Amino acid sequence: MSQMASPRTDERAAGTATAATAGAMGHNLPAPPAVAQASRRAAMSVGFYRAAWYKLRRDPVTLGAAAVLGLIVLITLIAPLITEHVLHTAPERMVRGPDGRFAILQPPGVGYPLGTDDLGRDVLTRLLHAGRVSLSIGFLVAIISVVIGTAAGLVAGYLGGWVDDLVNAMIQLISNVPFLFVLIILSVLLRPDVMLLSVIFGIFSWPGTARHVRGVVLSARSLEYVTAAQVLGASSWRIMTRHILPNVANIVMVVAGFAVAGAILGESALSFLGFGVQVPLASWGNMLGGSQEMFRRAPWLVYPPGLMIFATVLCVVLVADGLRDALDPRVR
Amino acid sequence: MRDFVIRRLIQSALLLWVVMSLTFVLVRLTPGGPEAAMLEQPNIEPADVERLRERFGLNDPLPVAYVKWLGNAVRLDFGRSYHYLRPPLDVMGERLWPTVQLGATAYAIGLLGIPLGVLAALHRGRWPDLGIRVFTVVGDAAPNWWMALVIIVVLANLTGWFPQGQGRGSPGTWFLHIIIPALILGLGGVVAFARYTRSQVLEVLGQDHVRTARAKGLTEGAVARRHVLRNALTPAITLLGGLLPVLISGAAITEAIFNWPGMGRLFLEAALTRDYPLLLAIVTMLTLATLLGTLLADLLYGFVDPRVRYR
Repeated sequence: MSQMASPRTDERAAGTATAATAGAMGHNLPAPPAVAQASRRAAMSVGFYRAAWYKLRRDPVTLGAAAVLGLIVLITLIAPLITEHVLHTAPERMVRGPDGRFAILQPPGVGYPLGTDDLGRDVLTRLLHAGRVSLSIGFLVAIISVVIGTAAGLVAGYLGGWVDDLVNAMIQLISNVPFLFVLIILSVLLRPDVMLLSVIFGIFSWPGTARHVRGVVLSARSLEYVTAAQVLGASSWRIMTRHILPNVANIVMVVAGFAVAGAILGESALSFLGFGVQVPLASWGNMLGGSQEMFRRAPWLVYPPGLMIFATVLCVVLVADGLRDALDPRVR
Repeated sequence: MRDFVIRRLIQSALLLWVVMSLTFVLVRLTPGGPEAAMLEQPNIEPADVERLRERFGLNDPLPVAYVKWLGNAVRLDFGRSYHYLRPPLDVMGERLWPTVQLGATAYAIGLLGIPLGVLAALHRGRWPDLGIRVFTVVGDAAPNWWMALVIIVVLANLTGWFPQGQGRGSPGTWFLHIIIPALILGLGGVVAFARYTRSQVLEVLGQDHVRTARAKGLTEGAVARRHVLRNALTPAITLLGGLLPVLISGAAITEAIFNWPGMGRLFLEAALTRDYPLLLAIVTMLTLATLLGTLLADLLYGFVDPRVRYR
């Protein structure tokens, strides 16, 4: 799945992640980056987000990736329009070749630019529709992961004590479960639809967000304006939402990006094995599922879905990476 | 130190218990159990299914079944696999060796990431760094099971041959069969190791003792060898534990694609046939392996880095 899914994408932020876990175990590792402090410094000059945008504008790789990603999202959003009015097909309909007969396992040609599959369906049409499913799962998982992860990391980091212990125990539990294996059991047992699948992925992906958020909150908690707010008698809720949450926004944006990438990879792997999105609904992963048996006859089925996954994940990762650099005030 | 180990062992045991209980309840509570898979076979009668349910203890109420199962599992008795009609651990034992072969080869390939990471860090911002960065980003984004498919398609079209299963016979055949799945599986490791090593080396490069070493006139090579690498590379040991579950779970897909007769494929088969005793045994043993791997990594970390204090 990350392959699998997300575990591997999480490694990307390994530095911070290890610092957070190891720190909890008393390892002598450096403190998490002082995002908050530095952002104040930047705010004195041009404003934090404007400075970030200024840096981003000089980063052609990130901008290019964002443009390609935007294009992919746009095309999948209007997929029904394209397939109906331009290609004159539907994802579940058999297409006919130029000779008027059903086109089954045809290589790319007139009427079916990417060929047809074993049921005579147009690959391009299914590819576009599959993108809707794969991308929805990616973004849904990111939303779930960000909401739960931020809330958990925030209360754990700020309140400490038993809340912290509880959140840490849950993080420990989830990150020690053999993720892919439980995922497969769950999907065999629950036969999940897209929504439920996203929720399951989200449950496995929020600990990564929570760890990062908790690390930032721990350092933000001891800032002077937080102490000032405490002295003035502000409630914990107010301090968390008004004074600490803004510090977390940057890291959350970046982590959310990796959550999207991880979920798309994870979904595709799970669906490829036949445990994720179920046919006839197409996803990039399950389009590849059957292709292995007939790759000698129909190698054209193998390339397009994989390339779409690759391109989408690559763009998401590059944008998240670029955002991280742009939002990191230490990088000038 | 001793207290740390004891406390971590207790924690791990608790985690294992929670995971075991959750999977057990999950598996037992959901409808469409193994009888659904059994009934798909043509020559089985509903009466047979009822008899089998009784024999496998599927008619026990949940708490009774749970206590029975947990009590036996503690003694490493996971009942009998529905499909193989043998104890799950025996079945797993046969699949363990191929998985270990594949995992170990993949891990060895993954270690190549360490020199890559060092190279990138020592040439920060110049072309080796950029090249390696492109490699890690691409390696992250390309679904490796898809790369496996593409390799199979290309190989099959070019040579008519592609690796399927474990090669029998000469070491050459064995190597031909293991190297491609291992490369695919190890790629994730290369990427993770390279990125991790790079950030570690960069961090040490910024420390005071490195500046001192440079200030006293050592050459860059000597600084790197004597003062940077030793400090930067020791934490890589912690990845040893962290990569273990990645290798094992990554193996499920790689093994499925290459028909490798290992644990991952066994698990997929068990999931499809709803072989509950086998499923539960595999999840339990994998969780145990993950927990022990993490603990081992933490202990090793303290062993190589005297600044670490266990508490």
